[in-house]
Amino acid sequence: MTDATSGSGGASSLFTVDALTRKRNAAETRFRAYGIIAITVSLLFLVILLGTIIRNGMPAFQQSFITLPVHLDAAKLDKNGNRNPDDLKKVTTFGYGPLIDRALEVHVAELGIETPFTKAKELNPLLSASAAAIVRDQVLASPDLIGKTVEFRILASSRVDGYLKGRVTRDSVARDKSINAEHLDLADALRKEGVLTKGFNWDFITGADASESRPEQAGIGVSMLGSFFMMLVVLIFSLPIGVAASIYLEEFAAKNRFNDLIEVNISNLAAVPSIVFGILGLAVFIQFAHLPQSAPLVGGLVLTLMTLPTIIISTRASLKSVPPSIRDAALGVGASKMQSVFHHVLPLAMPGILTGTIIGLAQALGETAPLLLIGMVGYIASNYPNGIAEGFLNPNSAMPAQIYEWAKRADPAYYERAWGGIIILLLFLMTMNIIAIILRRKFERRW
Amino acid sequence: MSASWLLIVLIAISVAGYFLGRSRVMASVQGNSRQLHSLPNYYGLNVVMTTLVPALVLLIAWVLIQPMVAQNHAASMIPDDTYADQGALNLLMSDVRRIADGLDLAVKSGNMTVEQAKDIQTGTTDIRSRLGEVGVALGSDVDPAVLTAAQAYRGVTNTGRWLMTVAVLALAAAGFAWSYLRTSKDLRARNLVEHGVLALLVGAASIAILTTLGIVLSLIFNTIEFFKLYPALDFFTSLTWSPSFGGGSQLGILPLLWGTLYISLIALLVAVPIGLFAAIYLSEYASSKVRSIVKPLLEVLAGIPTIVYGLFALLTVGPLLVEIFGAGGFLGLGWMKGGTAVMTAGIVMGVMLIPFVSSLSDDIINAVPQSMRDGSYGLGATQSETIRQVILPAALPGIVGAILLAASRAIGETMIVVLGAGAAAKLSLNPFEAMTTVTAKIVSQLTGDADFASPEALVAFALGMTLFVITLGLNVFALYIVRKYREQYE
Amino acid sequence: MKDMLIEERTAMEDVKISAKDVNVWYGDTHAIKDVSVEIKDKTVTAFIGPSGCGKSTFLRCINRMNDTIDICRVEGLITLDGQDIYDPKVDPVQLRAKVGMVFQKPNPFPKSIYDNVAYGPRIHGLARNKAELDEIVENSLRRAALWNEAKDRLQSPGTGLSGGQQQRLCIARAIATEPEVLLMDEPCSALDPIATAQVEELIDELRTSYSVIIVTHSMQQAARVSQRTAFFHLGSLVEYGETDRIFTNPVDPRTEAYITGRIG
Repeated sequence: MTDATSGSGGASSLFTVDALTRKRNAAETRFRAYGIIAITVSLLFLVILLGTIIRNGMPAFQQSFITLPVHLDAAKLDKNGNRNPDDLKKVTTFGYGPLIDRALEVHVAELGIETPFTKAKELNPLLSASAAAIVRDQVLASPDLIGKTVEFRILASSRVDGYLKGRVTRDSVARDKSINAEHLDLADALRKEGVLTKGFNWDFITGADASESRPEQAGIGVSMLGSFFMMLVVLIFSLPIGVAASIYLEEFAAKNRFNDLIEVNISNLAAVPSIVFGILGLAVFIQFAHLPQSAPLVGGLVLTLMTLPTIIISTRASLKSVPPSIRDAALGVGASKMQSVFHHVLPLAMPGILTGTIIGLAQALGETAPLLLIGMVGYIASNYPNGIAEGFLNPNSAMPAQIYEWAKRADPAYYERAWGGIIILLLFLMTMNIIAIILRRKFERRW
Repeated sequence: MSASWLLIVLIAISVAGYFLGRSRVMASVQGNSRQLHSLPNYYGLNVVMTTLVPALVLLIAWVLIQPMVAQNHAASMIPDDTYADQGALNLLMSDVRRIADGLDLAVKSGNMTVEQAKDIQTGTTDIRSRLGEVGVALGSDVDPAVLTAAQAYRGVTNTGRWLMTVAVLALAAAGFAWSYLRTSKDLRARNLVEHGVLALLVGAASIAILTTLGIVLSLIFNTIEFFKLYPALDFFTSLTWSPSFGGGSQLGILPLLWGTLYISLIALLVAVPIGLFAAIYLSEYASSKVRSIVKPLLEVLAGIPTIVYGLFALLTVGPLLVEIFGAGGFLGLGWMKGGTAVMTAGIVMGVMLIPFVSSLSDDIINAVPQSMRDGSYGLGATQSETIRQVILPAALPGIVGAILLAASRAIGETMIVVLGAGAAAKLSLNPFEAMTTVTAKIVSQLTGDADFASPEALVAFALGMTLFVITLGLNVFALYIVRKYREQYE
Repeated sequence: MKDMLIEERTAMEDVKISAKDVNVWYGDTHAIKDVSVEIKDKTVTAFIGPSGCGKSTFLRCINRMNDTIDICRVEGLITLDGQDIYDPKVDPVQLRAKVGMVFQKPNPFPKSIYDNVAYGPRIHGLARNKAELDEIVENSLRRAALWNEAKDRLQSPGTGLSGGQQQRLCIARAIATEPEVLLMDEPCSALDPIATAQVEELIDELRTSYSVIIVTHSMQQAARVSQRTAFFHLGSLVEYGETDRIFTNPVDPRTEAYITGRIG
């Protein structure tokens, strides 16, 4: 084409893309690619994170058991022969241990498995240290069992459990003093015979924490209760206080210095690091008010202070979303300001408030740092609280604190527990968030 | 009466007061409620308010203050020469409380009579074993002075409880009588109740101030304690951090601050580009369908508790980095010795901050008016040119604010650094080395059975104070910038 | 082949933009119905009509600004100098460089006055060096009648100008890219009468080099500045012709009703 076509401005045809435009379009594509890369990378992180959690945590829900007929020798367990519970209690777990080792030896021989072990005691590494206690508890519960041969489902030791799950390998066993390759051979043989089995691990969900040396026995149940009591405290305090504070700030507060101070405080508290709340809890609740250390009550109070800003902010947002016409309508028929708020605005804002509260609770449930300072870590949560008062006041752990505790222990078997604990924690958080989303969807109102 | 029983009684009186007040006013108008100033319920509530609130306030105050009075009284019974310093006295006082509780328990379980508990002597009785019987284990034999103090403590506590019961009930009765007698058809009960409720609301809102005050006071007092034991100048300028509970600690904050800032820097280097580009893509390019899927997924990253990230750093990212950068690793560099390092914590913290940065930036980019975009497109700019040259400059102050908020988050983050960064305080430039942070040291100095009076424990409060001041400063500044930015487009 | 092209060219000699059977949907809303119009070069064409009649929508079709709205769908043929602007080969970016746009509300970028005007030339690579860019900026500001007010404060932010000045800055910004067509979407609706007069004067001048299309609510404005007027009603083009004729002797009763103020 000649320049005759070029009309005014002297530009070329729209159909031919000039060099500069091509360059600019390439830049456009690159820029867009950066965005896609950024999103892909973040989603990749998410996938890796969740994948890691599931891959490492799922084994915690499986546990290896050894099904073993144990002869409960009356001569050892009840020397007097009168089945007196007090006398039976005098036989400690040390009395039961050899009995179980012996039972395993006999059972192995019966099954015709050849082992290089000569003493019953050498079979002990296959069994959990908790085996004796399990048997003893059952015997104490029903003394009639003494003298009989009873089949017990005994926890396998964490190494054997790890071997079945692939965590413990023959290479790692070579460096391990507590178990050796022959034990693993025996474990293989027992597995073939169906004596050593893997089953669902209810005790992990409902059980108590165990000492450093028996990870196979540790469960998250007690600390789950601790978390539950803490959340109860948070709910009891933060919902009414948060709602009251929000109503005041949103509906009644005039613009003055004092109210500005409150506003500034709330927005700043929302961004104060959680560990600082831990310091506050330590100094005020434990040092000053002498509340018991490690108690869910204290943990709950600290988390309440921490979640209050979140709840206030979301509550105010939902109060704000109620249109002023509703307030005017109530005032117009002669209701007092207070009545218009409590009779009309608050009920309409309630779904939003509940959603905010649930999200605040979820945040509090996952929070760990402040709990470390008020002593909810380093403590073995081994007993269920008896009753509600104890639930609030007796030392306990909480789920995230329990996970942290496990992560710090030396035995890698505890890492598996920690990941498993995270799965449970995340399930709780997911449930809470889903409830919040459903609430929001269901009651969402457009004015 | 114990505090909890007293509370129940108070509630019972109030419930009765409600019905009495209500029926009194109804009787005064022969059941014709139209003659009343307020609805009948308000008269009942008015009585409840005057009965319950003052008594309850007194009860709470008493419960809080009494232990302190008792403690001071008991402490004065212990001769000065039996303890070396405040810390030793604190230990003695916890013994005192333990023994006092033990005696209470013994009396309650019928193991001792009231008189016995009062007059018991260390010379005549083995207190340790007697208390052992009721399940109170003592660490050592009981010093006579401590026992006297414990008995004094019990005495004050018992008298105090008595007085408390009387005072609280008297106040409740007075409140009840006053409002009950005032109840008549012309009483503006609704206004009174509403004023009371308003006061309650103000009280609830003031908790925010009290919390801040509590934080500031507990930090300040303990920090002052710390500076009495350890020179402030050394704390702020010393380059070494080596606490030892035996004494002779060097507690310089600089290595910790360095670790904190280094880790935060790496976290921001990860989070800011990724978060910002994700936000740009989501707000400018993505279709609403993509946005509705990706945004919640990013929010999931934000909803994951930090303990999970900590574990992820410790058990997954750390070992992975060692495999790449460690000796004999993938790259054969030998830069990294252990899994815990600045890099480990920094990367994981960066991942945690991505959704934080992206959602804040998203809000800010969306606040740039559409007319800006139209103006740029109308001139023939491509989308990326519009974003780079018009939207980002316009959004810059807001984005800077968002980054500062993210920085404050990173500085205050605890669990990731406790698990992922290591424990050694070091001033080093190598990001593959283990370093530690202010928050991690607050945790390590305050957990365990540390003696709260030692500088090694108290230093945690000074660290907390520093942390609080830094994050508060960043937040105030960032919020100020963001608010200014928003006002510009409103 | 060549002959045909020449023939075609002569036929639409002074037709700059031609639209044929254009339909626009916003989601399910049929916003523009079968609009066909030919717009002449070096003329001011006014689009008038009641609110929501589709005049702005149609305007935005001419430089494909509607592309930025997800739910918008355009059918039919719009050509610029005989070239289909919705052809897949056409880069909207290049198109918009030729068809500039000024918006209802002045929207200077939060940059200096200089950078506002230099923005277009920079992204389109119109200046080889700083001196050339300075020249473009000065010329554009002069043509937008803003030079005298702005020459001493080129580096101060464009948002600091008054409303009328801002709008003239936006016009300067638009003409700095040397467009062939200038679209103006109610450019004076946010301005006071004095600023409006200045902008109208400017529009009249711009006619010497550009084809200007102006959407306006004000019939007086259309009468003052335009040579040709198109009246839109409910998404259809009702009447199109010389401005004088439309205002003095409308053919369609709806046009008459609008002009006499019975619909609006």
